[in-house]
Amino acid sequence: MARPRPEPVQVVKQRRDAALKALVEGVPYIRFLGVEFERRGDELTAVMPFSDTLIGNPVLPALHGGATAAFLEMTAIIGLSWSLLWSEIESGALEVEALAAGKLPRLPKTVGFTVDYLRTGLPRDAYARAQVARSGRRYASVHVEAWQDNRARPFAQATGHFVMPRQDG
Amino acid sequence: MSTQDQDRKEALIRQFFGALPHAKALGMEVLDVGAGQATFAMAYDPRFIGDPDTGVIHGGAVSALMDTCCGAAAMSHPDNPGTSATIDLRIDYMRPATPGQAIRAVAECFHVTRSVAFVRAHAVDGDDARPVATATGTFTVEAP
Repeated sequence: MARPRPEPVQVVKQRRDAALKALVEGVPYIRFLGVEFERRGDELTAVMPFSDTLIGNPVLPALHGGATAAFLEMTAIIGLSWSLLWSEIESGALEVEALAAGKLPRLPKTVGFTVDYLRTGLPRDAYARAQVARSGRRYASVHVEAWQDNRARPFAQATGHFVMPRQDG
Repeated sequence: MSTQDQDRKEALIRQFFGALPHAKALGMEVLDVGAGQATFAMAYDPRFIGDPDTGVIHGGAVSALMDTCCGAAAMSHPDNPGTSATIDLRIDYMRPATPGQAIRAVAECFHVTRSVAFVRAHAVDGDDARPVATATGTFTVEAP
């Protein structure tokens, strides 16, 4: 049996990027912190470009722990939502136009979030990636790591538990 | 530490925390700083929304408020001679904060050793009886 011909790469990329853009732009606080998401296949990297408004300790100076915590939490939520949406994006079941028009999927809700501050957050851009450790019908557990100049030297990590959005709408 | 020194320290902490750029960007207000105690407030702002469906504030904004408030409580403790940085902070969300209402965080530094300050906090909105979130954290203590 012949395999169906793969879709042109532009079509696939356009659909994935449109879905990600709609997901991210729907959340005002992500915009407020200036956080962006870069995509390579299904892998997302969150980027928080440095801004003076992210400073917590002006003497050092250092990033505010709250900005770091928020950055990690939004990376976890978008990463988890993205993993839930992925199969629908790939199959074409997800209507990207409806998503872009504001019909966003319901987001997971945070139950608990624990942040470890490993090093001082420097006044530089920060990056983070989420790893879904467990994704069940009702609950999920996500680990996030954030770094700045060196990927091997994370400045913060977090684990969060989430209640999944109800599938029946 | 004398009462006068403690008063001076608390005034400095109020000033320091009132001037933090990120706390200012979030419109945080220092309501009270006492010996190992702090109360901060953050007004509702549509820019802080995390769930566009419901208008509920992003957990990250609540984290920022909790972290700031816990830090102020840790630094204001009479046994803590210097500034404190967060080692870890755990936040549990009991319920979504009611859209439109300000969030108030109350933190208490309940123990300080030579190197670590232990803090717990809770956050409420207009309904004082039902907490929105609770937090527990540890903070660094600098050598005197």
